[in-house]
Amino acid sequence: MENHDNHIASYSLNWTVLLGLLILTTLSVLAVEIHLGAFTVALALLIASVKVTIVMTYFMHLKYEGIMLRLMAGGVFLLFAAVIVVTFSDYYFR
Amino acid sequence: MNDQTITPQNYLNHQTGLWSWLTSTDHKRIGLLYLYSFLVFFSTAAILGLLMKIEKIAPGQTIMTAQTYNALFTIHGIIMIFVIVIPGMAVVFGNFFLPIMIGAKDVAFPKLNLFSWYIYITGAFLGLYSQFAYGHSPDAGWTFYVPYSSSAESNMTIALTAAVVLGFSSILTGMNFIVTIHRMRAPGMTYFRMPLFVWSLYATAWIQLLATPIIGITLIMVIAERTFHIGFFDPALGGDPLLYQHLFWTYSHPAVYVMILPAMGVVTEIFPTFSQKPVFGYTAIAFSSLAIALVGYFVWGHHMFTSGMSYESRLAFSLLTFIVAIPSAIKVFNWLSTMYGGSIDLKTPLLYAVSFIFLFTIGGFTGLLQGALAANVQVHHTDFIVAHFHYIIFGGMGFGFFAGIHYWFPKIYGRMYNETWANIAWGFAFVGFNLLYFPMFIMGMQGMPRRYYDFDPKFATGHLISSIGAFILIAGLILIFSNLIYHSRRGAIASANPWHGVTLEWQIPSPPPHENFDEIPVITRGPYVFDNPYTK
Amino acid sequence: MSTNVHSEYIDRDTGKMGMWLFLFTELYLFGGLFIVYAVMRSKYSADFHLAALELNTMIGTINTVVLLVSSMTVAMSLTAIQRNQAGLAMGLVFVTLLLAGIFIVNKYFEWGHEISLQLYPGTEVMKTLPHGGIIFYSLYYMMTGLHVLHVIIGGVILTIVLFKLKSGTINREHFLLHENGALYWHLVDLIWIFLFPLLYLIS
Repeated sequence: MENHDNHIASYSLNWTVLLGLLILTTLSVLAVEIHLGAFTVALALLIASVKVTIVMTYFMHLKYEGIMLRLMAGGVFLLFAAVIVVTFSDYYFR
Repeated sequence: MNDQTITPQNYLNHQTGLWSWLTSTDHKRIGLLYLYSFLVFFSTAAILGLLMKIEKIAPGQTIMTAQTYNALFTIHGIIMIFVIVIPGMAVVFGNFFLPIMIGAKDVAFPKLNLFSWYIYITGAFLGLYSQFAYGHSPDAGWTFYVPYSSSAESNMTIALTAAVVLGFSSILTGMNFIVTIHRMRAPGMTYFRMPLFVWSLYATAWIQLLATPIIGITLIMVIAERTFHIGFFDPALGGDPLLYQHLFWTYSHPAVYVMILPAMGVVTEIFPTFSQKPVFGYTAIAFSSLAIALVGYFVWGHHMFTSGMSYESRLAFSLLTFIVAIPSAIKVFNWLSTMYGGSIDLKTPLLYAVSFIFLFTIGGFTGLLQGALAANVQVHHTDFIVAHFHYIIFGGMGFGFFAGIHYWFPKIYGRMYNETWANIAWGFAFVGFNLLYFPMFIMGMQGMPRRYYDFDPKFATGHLISSIGAFILIAGLILIFSNLIYHSRRGAIASANPWHGVTLEWQIPSPPPHENFDEIPVITRGPYVFDNPYTK
Repeated sequence: MSTNVHSEYIDRDTGKMGMWLFLFTELYLFGGLFIVYAVMRSKYSADFHLAALELNTMIGTINTVVLLVSSMTVAMSLTAIQRNQAGLAMGLVFVTLLLAGIFIVNKYFEWGHEISLQLYPGTEVMKTLPHGGIIFYSLYYMMTGLHVLHVIIGGVILTIVLFKLKSGTINREHFLLHENGALYWHLVDLIWIFLFPLLYLIS
């Protein structure tokens, strides 16, 4: 099986990604000031999830990898989210 | 043939001496290292179990104190679960046969494979050490429930560490197998031409990979609670003891599928071979393995029905528990359908495989009973549960293991065991097993609690029958092991394919050469094509 | 599809898949702590908020930026070695290690401050806090502690990579260790990306 990933990320791509991540970080720090109650958590987690997706897609090169690795990564996160949901089926209803 | 000789150059004589075995990265030798380790640790834990049955042969104290009994069932459980059945068939038969069955020369990371064995041995010895080191032996049960495990004066931390170390070995094996299956298949071996044993190993490996870290961190949390008073599970500090149970069973339930899936995989190989007929429903069996792994992730709460979870979650877990039984049932139907109309050859491997179906089905049905909320209240923490899991794990995985070792014995050693001896041994094991565990279903239903050192005299007959069964079972085990050990050196030379199997391991010499194949094969068809009238 | 297992180098795709699988296990290792956090936060949201006020958001934010930049520098070092620029690759790995060091030093001061205030499990001060506060600090130390352990491990791996770049063992044809080391470092960054808002930004 030949290498799927013959792509070499350019330096400018790396800089762009960092810029995006820093902007999102600033956003999340500022978002704390806005009092949305329970939604502040959701917003913080949402921004964190976007940052994680960006790091995985570009820095960790998932965008240029084969479908198998991407399916695995996606599945792993989905499974974990499902475990949290099922755990809360107990705690939420107590 | 009388003048047949063992293959001149094979993996057994490739290099000799203890050191060559301890430093070998050959997957076949590593599989045997695990096998021989199992022999030692299983015998130890079985004797501990026998001691427990001797204690309970009559009411009142027989040979030990209550405290000792508690320590015994703890270490019996720790060894059997973490050292034997979770690594289980994957590390013995998976290591030995996975590369061969996909046409590879070894696993993806052979050195990591050897390293996994050393981590395993370290963890196993740590577990044993926790029994005999200074201080009290751990007695919280292999489940380590808080608050007892986080506060009791004993070598709990050593035992917890042992479990974490063993978990690490399991993770590395799982990772190795997943990469091997994705990356090392021979040309033409598409995913749907892989033998079903390989599919079962694949599903197992994912569970090992994704469930084990959770128990790793959970046991570390308990160690932190003992050492630093962290408090996640301590109500006095704001924690929730039930949270420990959630985290513990989030791993330990998927872990039981780690135990059973490879056993199901092995019998799925045995049925077509001894029926000389293709497996019925290849795709269904392949996907049912994946389904068991996935759905099995979401049923853990059925271990906690009486612990105080919300009503809604109990409903959800009960429903999911019933659903997860379906893929297993599909397999049972497919195994029976494979045999139907086939040319049956009732040799020892098939004998074990058929008794596997019988014992596993009893275990499975009683599992459904436990999964029903109302019935669970009656049987939780009774001997009923003990009988259930021994039928599933010992009757299922254990008998599956014996099926596998007899099936693959001629391939591993190039020699054959004695068939009559093996079948007599089976008889002792089967009768002893049922005498030992079946009374526990009845006693449990009548109220006999589990993990109790003593019992009401009304349970005396049941316990006596059970303890007698234990002796018969042990006799059977001794017969099984001695047959295999003796004939591994002195058995009649076996041909490369005594059972007329069609998967790749039967196309190479017995014992296999060091690198499995002289030339990597090119695969042009599925794994269960029998060149006989039964093949469609 | 089959590879010669006896060659000196592991096939790049094979080795990379192995590393990704290992990263998944690390995610689930921290995942157990995240489950505890989620349950406890839902139970003690007010106390968590109060306890988090004691944390130094400035240092937390600086550490976040430090790790993000270090993720970029290690990714760039991979680009460099793939373009046969070994010297630049070494320099970028070195910068990554420097940033790792800054993170650890920041952590040291941060923990030092909190420990000087007796804000750690087992103290009398801890016992005066409400339950939610005690749990928050237990989570704080355990999560950031486990994380900084991984920062150190990542640093060790990257140091090995640095030496192998110097000796030429890692080069344009064979850079699997470098690639996997970078992946591990990104994991360290990923975990912090979640830890930061959960621990520091809940005021």
